[in-house]
Amino acid sequence: MQAVTELPTINPMAPVPHEVVGKRRETYDTMTLELAAPEPFESRPGQFNMLYPFGIGECAISISGDPSRTDRIVHTIRDVGAVTHALHALDIGDHVGVRGPFGTPWPMEAAEGKDLVIVAGGIGLAPVRPAIYEALNHRDRYEQFVLLYGARSPEDLVYLDEIKEWRSRFDAHVDVSVDSAPSGYRGSVGVVTRLIPSADFDPEHAVAFVIGPEIMMRFSVTELRALGMPRDQIYISMERNMQCAVGFCGHCQFGNTFVCRDGAVFCYDDIHSYLPIKEV
Amino acid sequence: MPETPLLLDRADLDRMIGILSERGYQVVGPTVREQEHIISYGDVGSTDDFPVGLTDEQEAATYRLVDRGDGRLFGYAVGATSPMSYLQPSDAVVWAGRRTGKGFETVEPPDPPRYAFVGVRPCELAAIAIEDEVFLGTGSQCPTYATLRQKAFLVSVDCTEPGGTCFCASMGTGPGATSGYDIALIEVLDDEGHAFIARAGTEEGAAVLAELGAAPAGEERAAAASQAVEEAAGKMGRSLDTEGLRDTLAASLSDPIWDELAATCLTCANCTMVCPTCFCAAVENRTNLDATEAERVRRWDSCFNFEFSYIHGGSLRPSASARYRQWMTHKLSSWVDQFGMYGCVGCGRCITWCPVGIDITANAAAVRARMEEAAHV
Ligand SMILES: Cc1cc2nc3c(=O)[nH]c(=O)nc-3n(C[C@H](O)[C@H](O)[C@H](O)COP(=O)(O)OP(=O)(O)OC[C@H]3O[C@@H](n4cnc5c(N)ncnc54)[C@H](O)[C@@H]3O)c2cc1C
Ligand code: SF4
Ligand code: SF4
Repeated sequence: MQAVTELPTINPMAPVPHEVVGKRRETYDTMTLELAAPEPFESRPGQFNMLYPFGIGECAISISGDPSRTDRIVHTIRDVGAVTHALHALDIGDHVGVRGPFGTPWPMEAAEGKDLVIVAGGIGLAPVRPAIYEALNHRDRYEQFVLLYGARSPEDLVYLDEIKEWRSRFDAHVDVSVDSAPSGYRGSVGVVTRLIPSADFDPEHAVAFVIGPEIMMRFSVTELRALGMPRDQIYISMERNMQCAVGFCGHCQFGNTFVCRDGAVFCYDDIHSYLPIKEV
Repeated sequence: MPETPLLLDRADLDRMIGILSERGYQVVGPTVREQEHIISYGDVGSTDDFPVGLTDEQEAATYRLVDRGDGRLFGYAVGATSPMSYLQPSDAVVWAGRRTGKGFETVEPPDPPRYAFVGVRPCELAAIAIEDEVFLGTGSQCPTYATLRQKAFLVSVDCTEPGGTCFCASMGTGPGATSGYDIALIEVLDDEGHAFIARAGTEEGAAVLAELGAAPAGEERAAAASQAVEEAAGKMGRSLDTEGLRDTLAASLSDPIWDELAATCLTCANCTMVCPTCFCAAVENRTNLDATEAERVRRWDSCFNFEFSYIHGGSLRPSASARYRQWMTHKLSSWVDQFGMYGCVGCGRCITWCPVGIDITANAAAVRARMEEAAHV
């Protein structure tokens, strides 16, 4: 049949083995894996890979490392089920299959010359960490830099050492909150959205990256909108069931989009009409 | 391609099947599956394997094969399966690997079969063109599909007697084939007897016809055959008004009408299993017993399955109404945004094979009526 003249030379479903070269425990259920990149690995903040512990299964995991380091691929993984559990069980020297990078990036350019506000909930700090690195590596490109991070409890906070470091910078406004904490906890307690109104940025002259559980993103967007931030200056990252990451499996559809290729990072203006609809 | 229509008889078709298998094709076409008494694609060794003298009565939730009392080979509307069962089969191996120490390596797949489909309906050609867009279009390209697709040879047969659930004329995909075939046939049964008017669509199609040494069809007979195909457009049991449908459905998502339309839906997934364009699939990773060899397969899945939208924490579309809305708005609205075409070719299978007779044409009309009503208040 003449319609198909040239066969594709790459198989987008084929995992490429990568060696595990680093492992670091973040919390009781979360750890960070470092993989050696056999070839320079170019990715943009917000993109993700499909990780495949051989024979077990595959799942989408965001890239959480510094995009300027192309010799290492860093992933922060919460152990919630079979595949993520197998990823946690990998040892240094083991190999894991990687496909990627996939998905849309956080639009760093859109924030240049403006205030950059990042609101992250839970493990959501991982997919936005590359954007934090990028912004702090090129701090002069942005006006205010604001990071608001929330987790369920103090035990759920990831990247504590780094947060301390970012907090100590006088050119970054970093606030952390937990939903609940044992008495005696010295940090701030309450949902992360409560940090938004008191943060130091100009809503009309800022770009916001919001990531976390869907409910947390909804409330965050509501707060940002209430402060007068236009819809097209807000970006959110959606999670959907994702099995192929290349638009073949159909599972990640959200309205007329495929989250794997039209997202995971979306401009809120493009998808806001879907968000209030039940079970889209 | 030379458009001179040629004339074949049933014996020529038998020889064509022979020529195609000599050329290395596995010849596949409509056959009668005896157990279920349905027409379905299967291996074809001669024209005796086609549904000779049979037709299908199709209505919502109704399918029955009955004798025609003539010797037509393709005197039915459309079978339960489509070429998709071969070109995008459930359980297609999309990658295989083997363990090597602490790592693993890719195992090259065996050469896939070369299929020659004889008896493909124009709506099925249109469905293949849609799958081409999904798997080979602007996004990533699937080598598994591409390889099967590239090697396929397609002999279509135009429709002259559409069925009760057909509406390809509305979707612009039939009843006559306009592209995408190697050879296009029209079956005729007239005073002069039983014959096939054949046109080649590709070089290879022309070569096969040349090998048959077929004579040109008489102009009048060829014209009468084309006329019969044109008239078939007016004999479809269903129709679907596509005017502005993408927008109408896109605007309807939060309307309570979806609860009404899906009230009887069993979420059985039949509609998605028979549809020639539904491509959603689960990606499964399997291993042998000692986990030294692994396979990645794409198994047909359905947006009607509860787990389809599962993420940690639960299914995102627990209700039948959300799942029905997802399916229908994908076919007739978001597909347009994603692939620049509707995801429905009007074959009517989903209407026929739905156990409760849910009808995509009636429901599209119902949503249209509701949205027009809403616009007037
Ligand atoms: C774009 C994207 C980025 C992500 N980034 C991260 C990250 O950086 N860190 C992190 O820890 N998690 C991330 N996730 C979530 C992660 O993919 C899921 O937690 C993981 O798929 C769960 O698989 P499991 O088998 O371990 O869990 P289980 O909950 O046991 O899964 C059970 C079944 O549900 C299915 N399932 C559950 N969630 C998903 C999903 N999202 N997609 C497909 N199938 C699913 C699996 O197929 C599995 O068979 C991300 C998800 C997406 C879509
Ligand atoms: S949606 Fe129904 S009528 Fe349309 S192509 Fe699929 S099965 Fe055929
Ligand atoms: S519409 Fe009909 S065939 Fe489709 S899932 Fe519902 S009951 Fe089954």
